[in-house]
Amino acid sequence: MALDRWIALIILGICLAYGYAAFFTMDQLLPPFMQRNPIWPSTFPKVLSVLAILTALIIVLGLEKPADEANTPDIDYRRLGDYHIYKALSLLGLMVLYALMLRPAGFILATIGFLAGGAIILGERKFHYLIPITALATGIVWYLVEGVLGIFLRPWPFFLG
Amino acid sequence: MIEGLLIGLSTAFSVTNLLMVIGGCLIGTFIGMLPGLGPMSIIAIMIPVAITLGDPSAALILLAGVYYGAIFGGSTSSILLNAPGVAGTVASAFDGYPMARKGMAGKALTIAAISSFLGGTIGALLLMVFAPMLSTVALLFHSAEYFALMVVGLSAIAAFAGTGNVAKAILMTLLGLIMATVGEGALFNMPRFTMGLMDLQSGFSFITLAMAMFALPEAIFLVLHPKRTATEGDGSTGKITGLRISRDEARKIAPVIGRQSVQGFFIGVLPGAGATIASFLGYAVERNLATEEEQKEFGKGSIKGLAAPETANNAACTGSFVPLLTLGIPGSGTTAILLGALIALNVTPGPRLMVDSPEIFWAVITSMFIGNLVLLVLNLPLIPYIAKVLSIPRNYLIPFILFFTLMGSYIGQNNATELLILVGFGICATILRFADYPLAPLLIGFILGRMLEDNFSRSMQLYDGASFIIDRPMTLGLLMIAALLVIVPSYRARRAKARRQGVAEGD
Repeated sequence: MALDRWIALIILGICLAYGYAAFFTMDQLLPPFMQRNPIWPSTFPKVLSVLAILTALIIVLGLEKPADEANTPDIDYRRLGDYHIYKALSLLGLMVLYALMLRPAGFILATIGFLAGGAIILGERKFHYLIPITALATGIVWYLVEGVLGIFLRPWPFFLG
Repeated sequence: MIEGLLIGLSTAFSVTNLLMVIGGCLIGTFIGMLPGLGPMSIIAIMIPVAITLGDPSAALILLAGVYYGAIFGGSTSSILLNAPGVAGTVASAFDGYPMARKGMAGKALTIAAISSFLGGTIGALLLMVFAPMLSTVALLFHSAEYFALMVVGLSAIAAFAGTGNVAKAILMTLLGLIMATVGEGALFNMPRFTMGLMDLQSGFSFITLAMAMFALPEAIFLVLHPKRTATEGDGSTGKITGLRISRDEARKIAPVIGRQSVQGFFIGVLPGAGATIASFLGYAVERNLATEEEQKEFGKGSIKGLAAPETANNAACTGSFVPLLTLGIPGSGTTAILLGALIALNVTPGPRLMVDSPEIFWAVITSMFIGNLVLLVLNLPLIPYIAKVLSIPRNYLIPFILFFTLMGSYIGQNNATELLILVGFGICATILRFADYPLAPLLIGFILGRMLEDNFSRSMQLYDGASFIIDRPMTLGLLMIAALLVIVPSYRARRAKARRQGVAEGD
């Protein structure tokens, strides 16, 4: 089975769970005075879940005929090993690390680390350019966000206050 | 009207107000270029500055300039980075970004600047003529019509889906609508589908979703396959050339700009519709009107596909001032913030504004013309420099795109969990792109979902059931248009297929 049908199957599962919640669990929480309303909080989700389940089934069962001209996606997922998959995964890992470190390490250290780390993962080795550029960019962004926009971003690690 | 226009001209052409327009446009353009900061947040940031000015005309002129600048700046990041920070410029990325990838970033930005200018200027002309009349039309629209209008907007997904992709596009739209139901809605005041998580109480953030659907997969694709864009003449390998558009191209986009200025303006007038629906509908309508050859170009770098949403969103921005200035009803989040600023300055917009403070009303309209002109004059010479973003080395550009994506999402919510949600959605979006699922319909569904449900619920309550569909002819008419929007492209495709088969068989 092609990837698009596998995905439709997963979405079908999500829609079934969503539909189950809409049809069987939401209305129990409804206060009695709202039960006389023509519309309940579950009405729209019920309609959506039925439509989504039907559409997902059309894809899973392959009822829609594929296009005549073969679509050429940007990247062939069957040959993922041929691409720089490890670099992409490392960058995603770095983003997760940034999300986790932003508060404890402070904006400036976390951001310099993220920008420099990202460039190093992509193959940058000219550290004498890299570090000053990332430090300067981090400083400018921090000033714009904190000074101009007035959104608080703790610049330094938590133990420095 | 002439008298009013003269009052407006004398107010808007004072040195202070001219500086306000120029300053507003510049600030709006530069901040609007940062993905994640839309006109709403920029205007909100500028309100304290505007209020300290003290003069309501100057304040409103400054904020209107910021508004236009932000919309144009948003288009720039859509076209160059595929990172639309504003819902109204999502449609500009559909064809603007493929053009930039083909090495036509300069041309794409020129088309965007000219379309925006003409859309905004024609919109301002229409505003001047129709403002008093349109207020009565907008009053005829009830929630039932808004619901139907949004269904029309969603049906336009048929225009985004190619042959054999209709079910995928509809499924993505429904998924977007489903995601919009997560969190606490305005109408029911109870959390839905939050799974007990506090972070989901206010639903998913639009900015996070927009970044995850567009900017993040794009950056991942750039990492996975660096040669993919280089072979197509990306700005990183070539120079930004070809800013000029040829006479033939100008002839092609002229009718698009004409149609979309008018259509965008009228959609902008309707409260709640605004630049987003205008740009999506504009794109869909132009795709359906295009010849079969041109239709194949849509989504791959069509100049018509870029000119349509760019014209429509600027015309709609102008149109959204109609309900604000004539009725005192804000038609969009941005005009709601403008209304707040005006009230803070002791001005109450409404039907009396034209009579009590004509100088404010007309100065705003005149400043729209000046603002559009300033944007064009400022941006056209700056385009080669703006487009230089693409010539930054990839090793630096990609971490910076990822960083701005993260910051855009963080600034909106001030919550580190949002960043994890962003990465999660980004991975899902990348997998969906591998399988050729269109992502734009998901975002459209998400943006319109809440409004669609609210208007549907209100109509159901008012009519005690679904009878509003038959009782209100305008609703029925709009729903029929929605059905046509879905049926016509598939009918055309079937006919074309039959014709091709006929040719192959020697008919």
